[in-house]
Amino acid sequence: MATVATSLRRHSNVREQLSERVVAVFLVGATLVGLLALVVLLVTVARSGAGQIDVPFLRNFASRIPERAGIWPPLVGTLWLMGLVTLFSFPVGVGAAIYLEEFAPKNRITSVIETNIANLAAVPSIIYGLLGLAVFYRALEMGRSLLTGALTLTLLVLPVIIISSREALRAVPRSHRLGAMALGATKLEAVYKTVLPSAVPGIMTGTILGLSRAIGETAPLLVAGAAAFVAFTPDNLLDAYSALPVQIFDWVRRPQPEFQALAAAAILVLLGVLLTMNSIAILIRNRYDRKTR
Amino acid sequence: MNVMTQRPNVLAPDLEDLVNEHETSVFEVRDLTASYGATPAIENVSLDIFDKKITAVIGPSGCGKSTFIRCFNRMNDLVAGAHVGGKIFYRGEDLYAEDVDAVEVRRRIGMVFQQPNPFPKSIYDNVAFGLRVNRMTDHLDDRVEKALQDAALWDEVKRKIKDPASALSGGQQQRLCIARALATNPDVLLMDEPCSALDPIATTKIEDLMHELKADYTIVIVTHNMQQAARVSDLTAFFSVEGSAETDRSPRGVLVEYDTTEQIFTAPNDRRTEDYITGRFG
Ligand SMILES: Nc1ncnc2c1ncn2[C@@H]1O[C@H](COP(=O)(O)OP(=O)(O)OP(=O)(O)O)[C@@H](O)[C@H]1O
Ligand SMILES: [Mg+2]
Repeated sequence: MATVATSLRRHSNVREQLSERVVAVFLVGATLVGLLALVVLLVTVARSGAGQIDVPFLRNFASRIPERAGIWPPLVGTLWLMGLVTLFSFPVGVGAAIYLEEFAPKNRITSVIETNIANLAAVPSIIYGLLGLAVFYRALEMGRSLLTGALTLTLLVLPVIIISSREALRAVPRSHRLGAMALGATKLEAVYKTVLPSAVPGIMTGTILGLSRAIGETAPLLVAGAAAFVAFTPDNLLDAYSALPVQIFDWVRRPQPEFQALAAAAILVLLGVLLTMNSIAILIRNRYDRKTR
Repeated sequence: MNVMTQRPNVLAPDLEDLVNEHETSVFEVRDLTASYGATPAIENVSLDIFDKKITAVIGPSGCGKSTFIRCFNRMNDLVAGAHVGGKIFYRGEDLYAEDVDAVEVRRRIGMVFQQPNPFPKSIYDNVAFGLRVNRMTDHLDDRVEKALQDAALWDEVKRKIKDPASALSGGQQQRLCIARALATNPDVLLMDEPCSALDPIATTKIEDLMHELKADYTIVIVTHNMQQAARVSDLTAFFSVEGSAETDRSPRGVLVEYDTTEQIFTAPNDRRTEDYITGRFG
């Protein structure tokens, strides 16, 4: 019974083993490329920019003299934008997702709407800038205002929020809806009391992704009228404003190395804002995750 | 009392006696037909469900048992394309009349599903769910405790009532779902194969529970398990599939025989019933 004795040995021949190795190496390599790029980027930016970050840099206004230049107005502008975009896009996006997923009749019109939303998510951001320019800036006469910028970015993130929220809602088992309704809950109660709480983590993830995208966008803001130089911080919705990516873009364009360093520092601050925002969202998400398990 | 205005295909003579003697009908089902899109699922079903009795619905897979009991609490309304024809009277009231609120119906007629489906909330919040949506929140703690006691679950969970329901075993989860349905004091309890996901011990617990619940509730239970039907029920309805490709009609579920459980299991009137309960079906 020699066959039994050898049956536990590796059957695959050398070529098979080799190709398996090659694939594994390729996959690890592919992961490392992304990671490496990120590390290199962070290290370069941190080396040239970290030394620049101090209180005056954070609190100063824009200036032609690099030593006096700071990021206070764009920082405040970015925070404003984030707040406003969250305020506008979260309820509208989640509301639209709830309607489409839970209440909308399944017919031609809704399927056309669905396809459209999916396509909108793939539209280049500069197109949203043009839309903002045409609609908010010109037609609605909001001009170079914070509101124009916030509404433009809202349009940009809405498809992402709607799509990911719908996915989160769809992942909630139908048996929860049926169970709730069998207990005498109305459809609305079933959605708000069972489906939505379970979907919050997924909805938050989508919103984080959408807002993270918005916070780094430069093109639509440039097109829709953000300024690189503002002599004041905005304090109402119709004020002119700047934003960190716009400021970074402006500095990077300049030939002097001092401004390059400032840009690097501003990038670090932008990353800091982004990380803070994401951490808060993840905290909220985890809280809900624990509550609904 | 002439309850049976239109009788099932085969109605044992003593069933009418049963009706006349000591029962009030909770449901009067008359010529009930249900279909999904153009495909009929059950056709021309007529029977009565009696007060404070356990009625078992048995029959081969796909004969429309689930469809049938979903008609009682209008859960079929929630299935896209489902259509219900014929009449069901619930304590004399037409369940499918224009002005009947399906939500109100489901508050009176509770349902337990085949798979335990606790909400991803705490044990307490699961039981309180129906109470909250029905605005029965006075003495909430007491009501929750009572429901858990009625479902024979209280002793097992009283120390961890705020724990997530998902941490319970399958059998405990199913009893939690029963507690959840009982909390709002429904008039009728519909159970669609409540024990199919459970082991024999958990099954026994739920069967014992049903015997106790019988004092206060009318129960309709779908089951695949003949012994279970024989053990727990007072009356049994046997459904079967009729029509096929050969007869040029799409198959549909029909009520073959409805009688006391004793009669069905000892001396069925219909050949098909006999074949089914003796395992000679198909
Ligand atoms: N949601 C639905 N959409 C379309 N057809 C359905 C739906 N639910 C059930 N049916 C069909 O209706 C018929 C009866 O199904 P039903 O689930 O009522 O059978 P059942 O007797 O409960 O079967 P089982 O014992 O397997 O649970 C089947 O032919 C089934 O394919
Ligand atoms: Mg079924």
